[in-house]
Amino acid sequence: MGFEFIEGNEAIARGAIAAGCDFYASYPITPASSILHFMNEHVPEAGGLVIQAEDEIASMGFCLGASMAGRKVLTATSGPGISLYSENIGLAIMGETPLVIVNIQRQGPATGSATKGAEGDIQFTRWVTSGGLPVIALSPATVEEAYKLTYIAFNFSEWLRTPVFIMGSKETGVTKEAADLESIELPPRIDRKRVKSGLDEYLPHQFDSIEEVPAFSEFGGEYIARYTTSTHDKTAYLVTKPDVIQHMLDHYAAKIDSAVDELSLYKADYQDGADTLVISYGITSRSVEVAIRKAREQGRKISSLVLQTLWPVPEKVIKAAMNGIKKIVVPEMNMGQYLIEIERLAPPGIDIVPVLKMNTTLVTPDEIINEGGLL
Amino acid sequence: MTATEYKSYMTDKIGPLPFCAGCGHTTLIHALDKALVKLQPDPKNVVIVTDIGCIGLSDRYFTTNAFHGLHGRSITYACGLKLAKPELTVIALMGDGAAGIGGTHFLNVARRNIGITLLIGNNFNYGMTGGQHSVTTPSGGITSTTPWGNPEGPMDLCGTAAAAGGAWVYRTTSFDKDLPDIIAQAIEQPGYAFVDVWELCTAYYMPRNKLRKQELFELMESYGFKTGLVADKPRLEYSDNYRQAYEAGKGVLKPRILIEPKFDNKVDHQTGIIIAGSAGQKIKSAATLFAEGGIFAGLKAAQKDDYPITVQTGHSVAEIILSPERIDYTGIESPEYFVLISEDGLKRTRAKIASLPETCILYADNDIELPETKAQIRRIPFKDLAKEAGKLSLSTAAIALMLADSELYPIEAFETAISTFQSPKIAEINIKAVSAGVKATSESTTAG
Repeated sequence: MGFEFIEGNEAIARGAIAAGCDFYASYPITPASSILHFMNEHVPEAGGLVIQAEDEIASMGFCLGASMAGRKVLTATSGPGISLYSENIGLAIMGETPLVIVNIQRQGPATGSATKGAEGDIQFTRWVTSGGLPVIALSPATVEEAYKLTYIAFNFSEWLRTPVFIMGSKETGVTKEAADLESIELPPRIDRKRVKSGLDEYLPHQFDSIEEVPAFSEFGGEYIARYTTSTHDKTAYLVTKPDVIQHMLDHYAAKIDSAVDELSLYKADYQDGADTLVISYGITSRSVEVAIRKAREQGRKISSLVLQTLWPVPEKVIKAAMNGIKKIVVPEMNMGQYLIEIERLAPPGIDIVPVLKMNTTLVTPDEIINEGGLL
Repeated sequence: MTATEYKSYMTDKIGPLPFCAGCGHTTLIHALDKALVKLQPDPKNVVIVTDIGCIGLSDRYFTTNAFHGLHGRSITYACGLKLAKPELTVIALMGDGAAGIGGTHFLNVARRNIGITLLIGNNFNYGMTGGQHSVTTPSGGITSTTPWGNPEGPMDLCGTAAAAGGAWVYRTTSFDKDLPDIIAQAIEQPGYAFVDVWELCTAYYMPRNKLRKQELFELMESYGFKTGLVADKPRLEYSDNYRQAYEAGKGVLKPRILIEPKFDNKVDHQTGIIIAGSAGQKIKSAATLFAEGGIFAGLKAAQKDDYPITVQTGHSVAEIILSPERIDYTGIESPEYFVLISEDGLKRTRAKIASLPETCILYADNDIELPETKAQIRRIPFKDLAKEAGKLSLSTAAIALMLADSELYPIEAFETAISTFQSPKIAEINIKAVSAGVKATSESTTAG
């Protein structure tokens, strides 16, 4: 056992490589660029390829092509780049393409306070492309979580054949910390389910039950493969029949919605008799740790729920945590985004107290204590 | 055993191509089929990539693999497929509209020499969306969006591709009897190949502009653009070049060194330290070594850096936290040690210095005029120390001075970090700087 002094971005890159990532494309943007640098140094040695694309649209295009040719692909950018990824994210959903997308969030909108921290892309990620279909997004709070959650993001993406987001931030991405990555236990690696050999024909979107994930055959593999941006049936040929279209869209949603329990990652620190619950995620959850410690030292009973999975919303977990709670404090490094989900899920009568800030600085433990009324 | 002979790469199951009567796309698609028949690739190794535009309706008529993506982005998917599997034959079919919206991809694929074949059915307007003008609409051309004649000039797609470094570029029309052979030649190129096929859009551009076969030839001639083989400069295909460059240039990656704590420390609570100076003073890297020294001494550490986008000019500020426990909150509200080496550092941290608490020890260069602050000020002749330690090692010496004075952790741990993570030559210089810093501590204490 030993430590390295590394930033979250390096941990993300290493988590990806541990998951078997062998193709990376992105366009430089602070504070995500060091992922591009690290992948450039380390992916070719394993026979993989890294390309700095001409823009974010090409980054995504390269990734989609490479993923459908069987590669495990990663791309990383910041909020402004996600804007440019948007249309191709829709295509990734449509084509059931495994892909991990890292957003090292920075304060915005637009160029914002380049390059300072914020976690202001939470709802943007949920509604990132036209059509409003569900996405998966994980939010690491530390260097070690950045490593582990990126690895898990690949598992989710391969399993469900859909894009998965890592919601990093400047604060977790480029802050160096002492980390012991080698001692982190990783779950078994999941690779996309391949179609059986020897069939007459390959149907790219073949499923029996609606939540079933179709088996994959890569371009250049045993079968002729098809891929399309248009509404389609199981053959990936364009269809215009409303019932077929609806069935496919229901499938995209159902495969994620039905997996919500396995997708729900969180850290619960509940106290018996607590009437106050703090719900947080990302870098702000670390301020919550300090705030709660201080409040508990003063004899206050407080529970904490830290969400590592933001999308799909771990509703069961959140609702269970709300049992017996009178007040929920929701600190965020934005102007109130996950707050919308908490308000939606809270039973009537619960007092919801947001602690919000998007001025480039961290939400401090004292702000959580004072504005959240923890003492 | 003889290999299968492919008589066509198109299916007859879904009827004829869907294009308007007389549309050049029909000719182009059949020419592509003939080219494939000539070359006889395994259809499983061929990918037809299309996007939005009339010509994007064609991929489903092929018995090869097909990838149908977003408007103007065919080139990017084609490149992704080709980079992932260089053995694939990847053919991107686009219209002139896609060439416009995907202009940067059109340039960069030529520049990179990724071995795809790009076929553009160039009919001077957008057919699918109702005959709007495109980047190739002739000057004066009538379209839905240029009802008084196109005020814009047409883009020379082949000239542009060639100028961008396109290895193999060919211009012709859909009336060219040799089109199948030309396309076959393009597919055979190991690198990038592009065929610009001028066509008639019988639905929109042709009737509005009285452009028939004869006028198409006249138009081509009137431009003075090169026709036929515009560029033929073969060079190494991207993936081969990438692998070669990597093999030739790869250094030995630095082995990953794990820090095993082996020193004691005197840090009993989360402690914030700020080092502020000028870019070029190696503050960031010295601060990292200081933090790594802390980890050698059994501490947890975190570091954030603040510096301008330019190099060697302006400020450089490093914030380090050392803690015996896991570090949760990574902000520093009340630093306990503040090392101020230069005026640049002061400019960036003036407000912070003014609000330092009395518990903070501020090691400030003795020439710097400080704002009012409650911190305990220790004046240090950093310029003298720079002379002794060397300009590039001043921050290391300054940290050693602070470390010797504060006794946060042993100097040996800092030296261990330096000798572990720096090259022997640099480490030697920096270890000397550490001694200079330690010596200056006792001198400044004596002087005080």
